[in-house]
Amino acid sequence: MAEYSALSLLANALKGNKDWKPAWRKPDPKASYDVIIIGGGGHGLSTAYYLAKEHGITNVAVLEKGWLGSGNVGRNTTAVRSNYLLPANTRFYEHSMKMWEGLSHELNYNVMFSQRGCLNLAHTPAQFDDYARRGNAMRHLGVDAELMTPAEIKRLIPALDISSNARFPVVGGLMQRRAGTARHDAVAWGYARGADRRGVDIIENCEVTGFLRDGDRVTGVTTSRGDIRAKKVAVAVAGSTGRVMQLAGVDTMPIESHVLQAFVTESLKPFIDTVVTFGMGHFYMSQSDKGGLVYGGDIDGYNSYAQRGNLPIVDEVMSEMLALFPGLARVRMLRSWGGVCDMSMDGSPIITMGPLPGMYLNCGWCYGGFKATPASGWCFAWTIAKDQPHDFNAPFTLDRFHRGLVIDDKGQGANPRLH
Amino acid sequence: MLITCPYCGPRDVIEFTYQGDGNRERPEPASQNFEAWNAYVYDRLNPAGDHNEIWQHSGGCRSHLRVVRNTLTHEISSVAFARGDHGPRRKMEGKS
Repeated sequence: MAEYSALSLLANALKGNKDWKPAWRKPDPKASYDVIIIGGGGHGLSTAYYLAKEHGITNVAVLEKGWLGSGNVGRNTTAVRSNYLLPANTRFYEHSMKMWEGLSHELNYNVMFSQRGCLNLAHTPAQFDDYARRGNAMRHLGVDAELMTPAEIKRLIPALDISSNARFPVVGGLMQRRAGTARHDAVAWGYARGADRRGVDIIENCEVTGFLRDGDRVTGVTTSRGDIRAKKVAVAVAGSTGRVMQLAGVDTMPIESHVLQAFVTESLKPFIDTVVTFGMGHFYMSQSDKGGLVYGGDIDGYNSYAQRGNLPIVDEVMSEMLALFPGLARVRMLRSWGGVCDMSMDGSPIITMGPLPGMYLNCGWCYGGFKATPASGWCFAWTIAKDQPHDFNAPFTLDRFHRGLVIDDKGQGANPRLH
Repeated sequence: MLITCPYCGPRDVIEFTYQGDGNRERPEPASQNFEAWNAYVYDRLNPAGDHNEIWQHSGGCRSHLRVVRNTLTHEISSVAFARGDHGPRRKMEGKS
């Protein structure tokens, strides 16, 4: 199969680009596999990739209801960062960050990971103190973090209104320079190709409709393309976690599905070369390589499985954008869309064995799953292959809620609307 | 999205605050059944389809409402006072 290289680009260009092979096969499902992964998003695909690469388990099927990458991996705002407060989160996301730093080489696929930095703006001295605390917690665990003054911020982002007349004056910021953005589609495609060439079957348009059971044990799935048996069934379906788990007879989960909207403007000349977040609301923005400003804010705030949101959040996000960047008032929004997020009860994910024998669960990503894609797959593959969690995901159990071991980075309690 | 408040009539969703899943059963305050408390605090049905939920008309009459809303279409099929089982909350005597 063709590797991508400057030479292959040139050779194919000379031949009129007619000889490129599809990046992955379109196999029919076999009757059984060692491992079935439900969900062909970023996390499912990276899980398959690391199962094959790190653990030699290649008799694997990834079942995707729609087409590959049609869910949140192609809907997020592409930010990658590891600026968390609590050690469990910091260690996990920093592991992910280190994987991002080598991902294009690892996959031989340009995921356009750009470490352009992520700056959290502080608008009150108390918030600045809070960021200093978080920055110290990050540095304590070996993650880069630095505090910035308004003058430094103005040099970094000239368009930002840091005057004392701003609606919420900027008093400083917390910068993670190694944070940045990546091209989200390429992440899905790169992992898909990598998994496929190691023998993983990626089966699109294959909806799981139920689970095959032997007593309590999960022994396979029924799908829109027939029954498929497997020794191990892994679930990585993000916003659809509730629906899929109900098919397995697990009626309640510490998860609510909420819709998060994202927006992109018409293309502009270079305007901002970092990821910036607003501290007096919930707003984040970066600029894509095409020039569009990519931005978003809060989830809509009520349970939803619809991949579209309502207007009040559109209004709120736009007003927060203009509070920071009054100069953007005349810029037109080009597109907006929604994705269904699996909001957990403490804002942290779940990567674990169970809850049924033969089943493995990966969910609870809230609206921050994209940056976790490499480490999520890596840890989930470890957990599936060895039947025990890696140290990185050991804290992210399903039973932590009932055992009082929640990992609540923001301290918001069991209220997904606020995470 | 419009929610038809029984007091105020159809109002924009922006006037309302989502109070979450209305299916949960709060144990008696003195209960020491930890499993029941854990289930109340953390476990959700999270259905794709009709969902019983509590909203407060915080930008209006401040009533707590029991709303049945479809999580796939956002269509609202019923709105009632959250204490509807006992009729609307009675006026407190001595207060206007």
